[in-house]
Order: sequence, then structure tokens, then C-alpha cells
Amino acid sequence: MTRDRTVPALVVACVLLLAAAPLAPQWLVFLLALSLAKGLVVLGLILLMRTGLVSFGQGLYFGLGAYSAALLANRAAFADAALMIVAGTACAAALAAILGLLLARYREIFFAMLSLAFSMILYGALVKSSALGSTDGFNLHAKSFAGVALAVGIERRLFYAVSVVLAFAVAWLLHRYLASHWGRLSAAVCDNELRVEYLGASVYRVVYVNYVAAGALAGMGGALVALAVGHVDPETAYWTTSGEFVFVAILGGTGSVLAPFVSAAIFEALRTIANQYAPNVWQMSLGLAMLAIIMFLPGGLWTLVRRRRVA
Amino acid sequence: VSAILTVLFDGVVYSSWLFLMAAGLTLIYGVMKILNIAHGSLYALGGYTGATIAGAWLAAGHAPAGSYAMLALAALLVGAVMGPLLERGLLKWMYGRDEVVLLLITYAAFLILEDTIKLVWGVESKLLPEPYSLPGNFQIGALVYPVYNLLLIVVAVLVGLALAGALHRTRQGKLLLAVIHDREMSAAMGINVDRVYLVTFSVGAMLAGLGGALTAPMIAVSPGIGVEVIVLSFAVVVVGGLGSLGGAALGALMVGIVRSAAVRYWPEAELFTIYFVMATVLIARPKGLFSPPEARKI
Repeated sequence: MTRDRTVPALVVACVLLLAAAPLAPQWLVFLLALSLAKGLVVLGLILLMRTGLVSFGQGLYFGLGAYSAALLANRAAFADAALMIVAGTACAAALAAILGLLLARYREIFFAMLSLAFSMILYGALVKSSALGSTDGFNLHAKSFAGVALAVGIERRLFYAVSVVLAFAVAWLLHRYLASHWGRLSAAVCDNELRVEYLGASVYRVVYVNYVAAGALAGMGGALVALAVGHVDPETAYWTTSGEFVFVAILGGTGSVLAPFVSAAIFEALRTIANQYAPNVWQMSLGLAMLAIIMFLPGGLWTLVRRRRVA
Repeated sequence: VSAILTVLFDGVVYSSWLFLMAAGLTLIYGVMKILNIAHGSLYALGGYTGATIAGAWLAAGHAPAGSYAMLALAALLVGAVMGPLLERGLLKWMYGRDEVVLLLITYAAFLILEDTIKLVWGVESKLLPEPYSLPGNFQIGALVYPVYNLLLIVVAVLVGLALAGALHRTRQGKLLLAVIHDREMSAAMGINVDRVYLVTFSVGAMLAGLGGALTAPMIAVSPGIGVEVIVLSFAVVVVGGLGSLGGAALGALMVGIVRSAAVRYWPEAELFTIYFVMATVLIARPKGLFSPPEARKI
């Protein structure tokens, strides 16, 4: 039995990434900010996967978070980045709290498909609403952060630093959560629901709590991406976006709270490279990588780390 | 009255198209318990193959009526080539895993096929308007419709009847029903389950190809057409109850008519309504309209 080194690893990663904020070139800051934000979404997805549920509709909360943040930015009085992140998370959490009442009753493919349907409803609504820019979306611009006015040029780096801190805090909390009574119940629900019920715990409540948490995380990720990119469009809620999150989750595996961030970074880096050199085989390589992982590394890339440590 | 008639007719045309897609999807799910995301790519493949060979047929100066045969041939080709390729080459190694894992595997296949299509046919769109305009138009009240729409309805009804007939009237169909009912028991009784799977998947792929080939004359075939179709046909199949042919037909009718009503009276909500129907049905009947009861497993 090896000692759990997740927390020290988290602290080291956090310090290193924060140190990179003022030093790294602009493109790297952007790439890392995107990876962290998407890592947050995938973190939520992993929480669901540990419960045995795969959601093909996290785009719903991702898009909702992005749009509610962006809408705030357009009201000059509220164009505060911190407020936008809170709003994105809160809106997504609120919707998840409502839909969760219903979705927590579904399993397997029905859960996947119903969450997909809800995300497509949001997509349909966004595409058709000309006030929100239809398919083009719209640009947003944050003027301040927590009341302090933002200087042009450093804002991207500041948002990045905020992402690092948020990601660190969330990962740490989730790590604690997974080791707690409730967190361990998730794995039990995945194994055998009926037995969990017989032992006196409520399966419904476990699934519901995890679903709402996953929704809130996706909303937070959406708001952070909106800030980092400075633009939102309906694509954020489309099912292929949700599919990407599922891909990243499988790539990393559900073994650790660090895995989603590592695999999101790999994913974004690969995408950047592929866009430049081979845009036409990008999806194909994704598909092949996914097949390879399902076949040879069912636990995701994280099992490589784990295996080496044990040996 | 004529407005309602228009809505109904448009709805039925759209439903026929949906049914062609959904029938293949629900067949594959019913027998193999695989929700095939790659169905959308097979649809796109059918569209491209149809546009290419029917286009070549017309360009060679043969009788234009033959282009319909070429479209059907395209569907057969998709079924005969892609069916065995996907089933034998990929899915065969994955049986026995979780349904959700199988879903992810077909998602991977979908991603691969999307780019393969781009590599083979390029990114420009293909046009094949002749088969659509050839049969001319007809009138209902004051409105003019292309006869091609009628053809679509006829094909969908024929496919539905043929599938139902094959399932319940023929020996092979009854073997298939036995496999659906209890896979292991059928294998023990000497049914060649491997072959049943192969045939089912190929027929499903062929139906997707047929849907694509028949759509090719109505639209510009371009990359990404499979992406939208897949979620639409999922919606239809889930509304009807996964694995139920009659359910797919009813689901297609419901979704088709609701959509055409939406297009006419509230165009902003077109996409919205389809998924709204799906969500409502699932809330009321968690497993769709026609679904067999399941035993709880401990």
C-alpha cells in the first residue's frame, strides 16, 4: 500500500502553474487556462462516472455557465470577472438541482440520452435566439475582477491565475469528498445499487448530489472558458462538445482528481498541433486513441502512473 | 383546413425519413444492445456513395430513371461493406461489455468514419438534384409538392412492412426474435448467434445507407451531415422505446408531425420541440412508449 501523494502533488502543481502565470508566453497561458477550465468540467464528469453514469450532456451546463457569464459581462454594471464565475456556477447548479430531481432516476443509456436531449434543447434555443447572436454567439469583455479594474494585457494572465486557484481548490475538495463516506458510496452505487439500498443508504440521494456537483463544475468551467476566450457560441452546448468531455474523461481515467487536468492539457495541446498540421485527421486520431484506451488501458492514462508507483 | 393538411403531409414526409434512420438503429439495439452512434456516419456514407454513383450514372448518359436503382445500390453497398467491417472488425471484440462502453466504442467509430469521409470525398459538397426534380410535382389544394416526397413515404412504409414481415413470418426472423429474447439460450439451442449479429448489423447499416442515399438528392451532401441525424434518430428511437420497431414508427410520426407543426407556427422552436417531445415521453414513460418490462437483478 503506497501513501496517497495526491495532495502534495496538487500543491506542487498549483505553485508551478501560478509561477508560470507572469512568465509563460501568451499562447501557453491560453492553452493552460483552457485545459484547467475543461479539466473542471471533466472532474464533474468523473464524479458521475464513479457513480456509474456517463453523461453525454455536460455541454448543457458548460454552455449555460458560459452564456450566463457572458450575459453578465454585457451589462456594464456587472462586468466583473469574479461575479461572472460565481454566476455561471450558480446558474448551472440551479438548473442541475432541478433537472437532477428527474435525471437521478435514470441509469445507463437512458441517463446518457436524456441528458443529451436536455443539452440539445439548450442548443436549439441558443441557435434560434437572435438576441444572443444565433449561431455566431457574441463577444464579451470583463472590466474588473472582484471590484478592481483590469489593465489591458494582463487580464488573460489574471484569469489564468484565477483558474489555477479554483482548479486547485476544487480538486482538493473533491479529493476529500471522494475519500469520505459519501464519496465511497458512489463507487458502491456503481457496483450494485440494490445492495446499497439494503445497507440503508439512499442511492437516489448519492446520484442527485453527484449530479448537481457535476453540473456546478461544468458551469464553472464554462464561465472560465468564456472569460479565457472572450467569446461564446452555441457550439458550447452541442453534443459533440459533451462528447469531447467524455473523451477527455476516458483518456485520463477516473483514478485521481489530477487525471482530468493532465488529460485535458494533453487534449488541448494535441488539438492545437492537429489544427496546425493535420486538421482533416484530427477526429480520426481521437477515435483511434479512444479505441486504444478502451481496449488496452480501461482505467485511462492514469493507470500508467499508478502502475509505475506500485512497481 | 389546408394548413392542417400541409402540416400533416410535411410531417409524414419527415417522419418517413426519420423512420428509415430509426428503424436501423432500433433493430441493432434490439438485437445487439448497442446504441450505434456510428449510424450517423453510415447515413453520411450512404449519401456520398449515392451522390457519387448516381451522379456517374447520369454523367455517363444512361436513362435518368436508373439513378433510383443506383441510389438503392449505394444503400446495399454501405450495408454489405460497412456492416461486416464494423461488426467483424470492431464490435465483435467488445461484446459482453457495458452498454455504455459499447456506446463509447461506436462513438470512436463515428469519429474515425467522419474523417475517413472527408479524406475520401474531400470537403466540398456534392449535389445530385436530378432524381428529385425528375418525377415532377403534384398538387394538394393550392400547394405544389414534388412527387419525390411521395416516393419517400412509399419507401418508408415498404421498409417497415418488410422488416415486420421478415421478423414475424420467416424462419430467420423467428430465430432473430429468439436471440433477442435470450441470447445464451438460443446459442445453446444451436442458433448461430454470431451470424445473426452480423446480418442484423449489416441490415441496420443498409437502412442507414438507404436513408442517406434517398436524402442525397434533396440536400447538398457535405461533411457533418451525419452529426445532426444521429441525435435526431436517437430521439425518435428513445421515444418509441429502444429495440421496438413499432415504437420507432410511432416515435417517427410523433416527432415528424410535431416538428412540421413547429416549423409552420413557431419556427424558432423547431429543434427545441423534437427534444421536448423526447424529454416529455421519457419523463412519463422512463423507457419509452413500447418497452418490455425488465426483471430487477440482484
